Amino acid sequence: MSFNIIGTGRALPKKCVTNDMLASFLDTSDEWIYTRTGIKERRILTDESLLDLAYECSLAALENAGVAAEELDLIIFSTLQGDYISPSLCCLLSKRLGAVCGRQLDINMGCSGFIYALDIADSYFRADKAQKVLVVCAEAMSRISDWTDRSTCVLFGDGAGAVVLEKGDGFKAINLTVDGAYEDLYVPIPQGNCPYSPHSDEEGFLKMNGQDIYIFAVSAVVREINAILEQEGITPDEPDYYILHQANTRIIDSARKKLKQPAEKFPVNLDRFGNTSSATIPIMLDELNRAGKLKNGGKLIFCSFGAGLTTGVCAIEWTKQ
Amino acid sequence: MVTEKIIQVLAEQYDMDPDTLSADSSFEDMSFDSLDVAEMVMTLEDEYKVSIEMSAEIKTIGAMAQHIEDKMAQ
Repeated sequence: MSFNIIGTGRALPKKCVTNDMLASFLDTSDEWIYTRTGIKERRILTDESLLDLAYECSLAALENAGVAAEELDLIIFSTLQGDYISPSLCCLLSKRLGAVCGRQLDINMGCSGFIYALDIADSYFRADKAQKVLVVCAEAMSRISDWTDRSTCVLFGDGAGAVVLEKGDGFKAINLTVDGAYEDLYVPIPQGNCPYSPHSDEEGFLKMNGQDIYIFAVSAVVREINAILEQEGITPDEPDYYILHQANTRIIDSARKKLKQPAEKFPVNLDRFGNTSSATIPIMLDELNRAGKLKNGGKLIFCSFGAGLTTGVCAIEWTKQ
Repeated sequence: MVTEKIIQVLAEQYDMDPDTLSADSSFEDMSFDSLDVAEMVMTLEDEYKVSIEMSAEIKTIGAMAQHIEDKMAQ
């Protein structure tokens, strides 16, 4: 037996940065950004910490699930970079939540982190090592974006989403892929000062070749979704929603058209939040859940892609009453 | 041959009049951004079953057709 998703939560920084605000210090415009990405604004951390966001969305998910923090047996925290390189942010989050479980870990699988976290959770449930699990994805993309590079910094936002899982049969299937290519999307680590090792001039900012990542993403999404539908013996028309990683509306539209599905089945929120890396899918799931759009017994497909290069796709049956 | 096919694909994908396109038409003239070019590359890769490597040299429909023909000859 695997798990059901029984609660969702999200948290976004209060500071909203519009495309026009970016155009005040970058050679860009609202029209340029919107037509290429579908993004109108994004939220950016100011005086909040990433831990604050993680705490807020976790609390919301626990309340939505009717689960107390003390009941959690496992916390999986997905982030590209927490508030510290060490300790892992899960340790600070669990203290603030009042969770008492020792089983917790941070993972970094880039934008696919949420799907990888669900896979780890699935293994704990199957091994009977957990009854209640919290998965949190919290990302501070603003800290690793180069705010002088108009081709990348406009794409990202900060945000966090969480889900609470308990034993059940709602998790139907998952496929993960990694190809090890990194040149088109990576974030170098900040340079140290060891006198014995060579130093590069590269700053610790996200680097991306947008055109190649676009081709990878559209091809991968279509391939992986078709594969999991076939594996599960369901037609493309059956899922209520395809919740895709929110990187670019043109990736979502291109994949949707290739899968011949209507726009309402591929919800989009990156116009408001930009790309929040591993947090995009749980944030979208929480929006749909709280808007009452998820039907009990409805099929959902989650699909992510990102640095690594990774893909993650899973089929879920929504079982929350 | 490949040139005509590219023109047909672009005309359908972007709702353009094929008579306004030729081997000399540049993607810049057509107001293509990098993601339009990416979409075109994916469509042509599927059509011709070749792997297209985009470079700054490939600026026109004719140059793209030549690249695909070279790939098919390999």
